[in-house]
Amino acid sequence: MLLTIRSLTKTFPGTKALDRVDFDLAAGEVHALLGENGAGKSTLIKCLTGAYERDEGVIALDGATVSPRSTSEAQELGIGTVYQEVNLLPNLTVAQNLTFGQEPTRFGMVDRRAQRRQAEAMLEGYGLDIDVGRDLSAYSVAIRQIIAIARAVALSGKVLILDEPTASLDAREVETLFDVVRGLRDRGLGIVFVSHFLDQVFELTDRVTVLRNGQKVTTERTADLDRVQLIEHMLGRALENEVVGHAKTHVAQDRPELLAFENFGRRGHVEPFDLTVGEGEVLGLAGLLGSGRTESAELMFGLAAAHSGGARDQSGALDLSSPRAAIAAGFGFAPEERKEDGIVADLSVRENIALALQARRGWARPVPRAEQLRLADEYIEKLDIRTSGPEQPIGDLSGGNQQKVVLARWLAMNPRFLILDEPTRGIDVGAHAEILRLIQQVTAQGMSILVISSELDELIAVADRVIVVRDRRHVAELTGSEITTDTIVRAIAAPGRDQAEASV
Amino acid sequence: MNPRLYPLAATIAIFLLAWVICVMQFPYMLSTRVVGNLLTDNAYLGIVAVGMTVVILSGGIDLSVGSVIAFSGVFIAVMLRDSGLHPLVVFALLLVVTSAFGAAMGWLIHALAMPPFIVTLAGMFLARGAAYMLTIDSVPIDHAFYDLLDDAYYLMPGKGRLTLIGVVMLLTVLVGMIVAHRTRFGASVFALGGGEATARLMGVKVGRTTVAIYAFSGLMAGLSGIVFSIYTSSGYPLATVGTELTAIAAVVIGGTLLTGGAGFVFGTLIGVLTMGLIQTYIVFDGTLSSWWTKIIIGLLLLAFILLQKGLLRVTTARAGA
Repeated sequence: MLLTIRSLTKTFPGTKALDRVDFDLAAGEVHALLGENGAGKSTLIKCLTGAYERDEGVIALDGATVSPRSTSEAQELGIGTVYQEVNLLPNLTVAQNLTFGQEPTRFGMVDRRAQRRQAEAMLEGYGLDIDVGRDLSAYSVAIRQIIAIARAVALSGKVLILDEPTASLDAREVETLFDVVRGLRDRGLGIVFVSHFLDQVFELTDRVTVLRNGQKVTTERTADLDRVQLIEHMLGRALENEVVGHAKTHVAQDRPELLAFENFGRRGHVEPFDLTVGEGEVLGLAGLLGSGRTESAELMFGLAAAHSGGARDQSGALDLSSPRAAIAAGFGFAPEERKEDGIVADLSVRENIALALQARRGWARPVPRAEQLRLADEYIEKLDIRTSGPEQPIGDLSGGNQQKVVLARWLAMNPRFLILDEPTRGIDVGAHAEILRLIQQVTAQGMSILVISSELDELIAVADRVIVVRDRRHVAELTGSEITTDTIVRAIAAPGRDQAEASV
Repeated sequence: MNPRLYPLAATIAIFLLAWVICVMQFPYMLSTRVVGNLLTDNAYLGIVAVGMTVVILSGGIDLSVGSVIAFSGVFIAVMLRDSGLHPLVVFALLLVVTSAFGAAMGWLIHALAMPPFIVTLAGMFLARGAAYMLTIDSVPIDHAFYDLLDDAYYLMPGKGRLTLIGVVMLLTVLVGMIVAHRTRFGASVFALGGGEATARLMGVKVGRTTVAIYAFSGLMAGLSGIVFSIYTSSGYPLATVGTELTAIAAVVIGGTLLTGGAGFVFGTLIGVLTMGLIQTYIVFDGTLSSWWTKIIIGLLLLAFILLQKGLLRVTTARAGA
């Protein structure tokens, strides 16, 4: 084996990002590393590239244990990485980018002609015909990506990690990139391929390793897997019933209609979809990462303006052109990236709870402090938020308690439609169950909730209806007894009609 | 043409255009005397602007340089008056002090992850204060060697004087061009300006480079202080107030992106000369208030910022296509 990882463990305050993970990479193979957000993919990669220091475990390259402490150290050892975005410097020329740090010099000055020759030599065999003297910014993302690979291979030459390299490429560019990757595999490099495009995984890779919640689920030959199995591995099957409480009895019910979205869509985000929301209903949105589930939510909350269609309630059309308008229409949204988008870490629990309420009243009419305190105390008790008091900065709380504060913020507004994007990501099992119970409580009082989750069991536990999203399209709607792991996984896995056409 | 060259081309075009306008009105402005004076009068500014260019290319800013120039003048004057050391020894001492001062600021910026604006602002007050501690008066420099330096010039055809300090400035620009555009250090500077996270991924030693950048700026400020002391034959703690801002203006008018990552040291020379040319025109005219210099420089700055914004939009639109 070229690269061997044994029981790699990495703990962050509150979470175990990697839990005794094993991973093997042979020379001359493309090995896919899969998992949803928070599964531990990026932590594993960061341990390999020296961005993180591992807590426990062994990383061996060519049989020798290595512990890179920086990217450049990892490079010298032979581990090169190409990321989706920040790779190279667009303000330098292609030649400067390729030879950066290894520039040929004469009398202490960079020898431009030799630099050019060296850069051209590095690009040989990649099928690029470009002028290395031009700025990198003159070339497309796909070409930049290949240049980044050429640089990583020239510098490292043993292991190449490709972290979501195709996310911003079109189909033809992906093909070009894959040809390059196959060429490198045939030259004997070990390639780790991270992507959430399953088609690409099946097309390119030899083996697949799936991570979930920081643990390795399986490593298998790609050829031995089908889509359904792979998705089952990624999303998990049997979360113990004790954790989520009793699964909901799925009876299709007729509910009074609260909202309806018609032909609602945005180019490049989500294909137009129709969706009705019943009063007190819990809607689940299932799909893989990047399938369009978060995009759907952002569209509904006005974070991105819809290009087509609209929404209405019983009294007429709704303005959802901005989050402000959406809040005025009685919407709430707890985003996926809680730390970046959901909380203001330096503000106190009280201030975080009062935030949305204050925004609705406008800055000229501050929410009285007594009222803020009353709200904070009320929700701290009601949601059992573990904090030393309403004045504690929210950044000091655990993930689960932060999420409860975010929920409290919206509950204080008493919205009629609340969107929760991955509400239980990165929080411990106890808080997990509490949040699910809370969802059931508030919907019993008439609020409607849309839950986005990559934990299928969670959706099954709370949702009355599940919408399946694939390739930025709402492809299926499951109700009542249809809501099972099997049906959801199958709906996610089924290669779409037009997708089959596209791959021809 | 590489779009990277547009701002430089614009700078040169504006400079030539301005000169043509000047010459049409005052034909004498084409003489070598005016050229010689332009170089001499702006020597200290040109030198300090070279250091500033490197700092801005890296995405930073150095507000301390005006105070460091004043400190340098006072330091030289007081040392020559009180210690009896040879000026060359004093110069060497001074350059060590100002480089170390810059290096210390660079280290703080890196180690504490502080914005360069704040750290060098503190440096600005410190250096000014240090100058006051040495003396609160203007101290004349009276030394045979200084008379020698002052009188060193090459008489160009047309009686224009190419002074020593003018030549020092041109040489500094040349050195600056090589350092910024033709060395690995220079490549690291551009890389930092392009994005620190990416630069780190590409193997730039961020700490070492940051320290070196501000040390270089400190060195240039010290050299500028020496030149300024030769130019004025004195040291005065209140001198060159606001010179850091003039230098920043020259850098931006010279076509360097204020956010870093793109620009040319040669452009900075043209920027300095453009500003000098406006001043000269006002002197020739004789009726205009010297405040017009500021107004025109302000307008030029604005024009260049708009040009850079427009250019950025053009290039990103192209990359997206």
